[in-house]
Amino acid sequence: MVKIALVSCGTEYSGIQKEIEKAALKFGAEIILPEIDLDYINEAYEKFGFSAQSSSLKLMIARAMSIVEGKCKPDAVFIATCFRCAEGALVRNEVRRFIQNNTRIPVVTYSFTERTKADELFIRMEALATTVTRRSILAREKQEGLTLGLDSGSTTTKAVLMENNKVIGTGWTSTKDIIESAKIAAAEAFEGTGYNWNDVEGIGTTGYGRFTMGKEFKAELIQEELSVNAKGAVYLADCQRGEATVLDIGGMDNKVITVNDGIPDNFTMGGICAGASGRFLDMTSRRLDVDITELGPLASQGDWRKAMLNSYCIVFGIQDLVTTLAAGGSKADVAAAACHSVSEQVYEQQLQEIDIREPLIQVGGTSLISGLVEAVSETLGGIDVIVPEYSQHIGAVGAALLVSGMGNRQDK
Amino acid sequence: MVKVAVYPPNSLILADLVERKGHTPLALQKQIRQKIKDPEIDSPPMNITEEDPIKGLKYAAIEVPSGVRGRMSIIGPIIDEAEAAIIVDNAPFGFGCVGCARTNELSIFCLRKKDIPTLEVTYPTSRDETMDMVNKINSFLDNLNELDSDNADNADNTDNEDNE
Repeated sequence: MVKIALVSCGTEYSGIQKEIEKAALKFGAEIILPEIDLDYINEAYEKFGFSAQSSSLKLMIARAMSIVEGKCKPDAVFIATCFRCAEGALVRNEVRRFIQNNTRIPVVTYSFTERTKADELFIRMEALATTVTRRSILAREKQEGLTLGLDSGSTTTKAVLMENNKVIGTGWTSTKDIIESAKIAAAEAFEGTGYNWNDVEGIGTTGYGRFTMGKEFKAELIQEELSVNAKGAVYLADCQRGEATVLDIGGMDNKVITVNDGIPDNFTMGGICAGASGRFLDMTSRRLDVDITELGPLASQGDWRKAMLNSYCIVFGIQDLVTTLAAGGSKADVAAAACHSVSEQVYEQQLQEIDIREPLIQVGGTSLISGLVEAVSETLGGIDVIVPEYSQHIGAVGAALLVSGMGNRQDK
Repeated sequence: MVKVAVYPPNSLILADLVERKGHTPLALQKQIRQKIKDPEIDSPPMNITEEDPIKGLKYAAIEVPSGVRGRMSIIGPIIDEAEAAIIVDNAPFGFGCVGCARTNELSIFCLRKKDIPTLEVTYPTSRDETMDMVNKINSFLDNLNELDSDNADNADNTDNEDNE
């Protein structure tokens, strides 16, 4: 059984201890608490050098130190502190860095509230457990052979065919029936390559429909999107070593993943509001009567400050943009305001839950909207945002990469 | 007999000193004991559930971290019940602690503003300071006895007046 050390400031006081244990158990893992004595707390705390006022944070530091010093030997570490606690957030991040810099143990961090449920923790625990049990797969930095990656997302299904470290075919269709959509996307990916299903040496599936697709196509790898997207992003952006942040503003939900050496260690995901999603930009392009592919370049020419936008809401925000157009405002300014609105809301609602590490790799369909990428960079103080090639197929690329080296299905 | 809140609220030494002087210590252990004895709840180790941080809203706003509100859901009722308080500042965790500096700040503030007899001492660092602290606590508790008997006399007089 995978042993996950809980390093926290007191999850039991928020009534979520049971939820954490339940989530770990679902993925064949158990939660352990690194045992330490009172004298060691002071010793470790002074050695660490962070002057925390809360004694639970001192205990947290000491537990992290006991892991680094090998007094406790977990397979993975789950670091959690209360959401909205500044002192907790500072210690959480420093403890995370400390463990990552001094050990090879996978770490996932989380800030919790009393509403944290096991369901929210599943994907983190699954990522932690699979990082332990599939370390060799996640360590893969090069794709070999002929592999197919399938990503069944909430809005679209993507397929990527890779051969010897190169993407040779891609497919993209809106998600309806999971299997049929996957078949359509895969057919598109095979087109013109001369290959078909029978030639493929490995199939990897990810996304919401990963289990359904995995069963149907007898996939060698069925993996949650946290590990797969992170891996795909750092692979395509050529950032496989060191830290990075992966941002995916999706059609229905957004994901922000922080990565260390290609392995995810924190994650925030949420359908916070349609106004902060790709759907808002889709509606804006329709109102402007331009194709979604033209929205980005149009936004780059405009100035968001010149368009009135008093609401982030997909209904009232769009109304504001229409009012601006009616008052003689330019389409470019309106497009820029829409991109700025989405990026600002993602920043306010989601990016604040996570420590942004450079470089920021923007992926997903919306990463092709250049105006949005510029708005994200501006909102984050002008940081460089990398949009790698095939960024809209990130999950499928990650699945195709990870499944390579898992053996040739033709040999079975 | 006076109900005395002690802080840190799980300090066995403070609770013992209060009990020895014939008062009732209001300690965290009693609150936790009540919770873990409840067969209806199964949320180990302390049976604090999602509902408890919500109960803590009585003492701290929704913007305050859930850990503070969860702790206040247990410590808050102790503060509400307190008729006197003994606070030991800068105590090390071995003496008793709730683990969260923000909870400490809020709890001590709530005790201070309650306008009840309160003794605040700093945690001793030497033998002499320790004796001094214990003496101060004992004197404070003795004075509570007088206060208690004065209150009892006043209550009796009021009763007599009412009867007359």
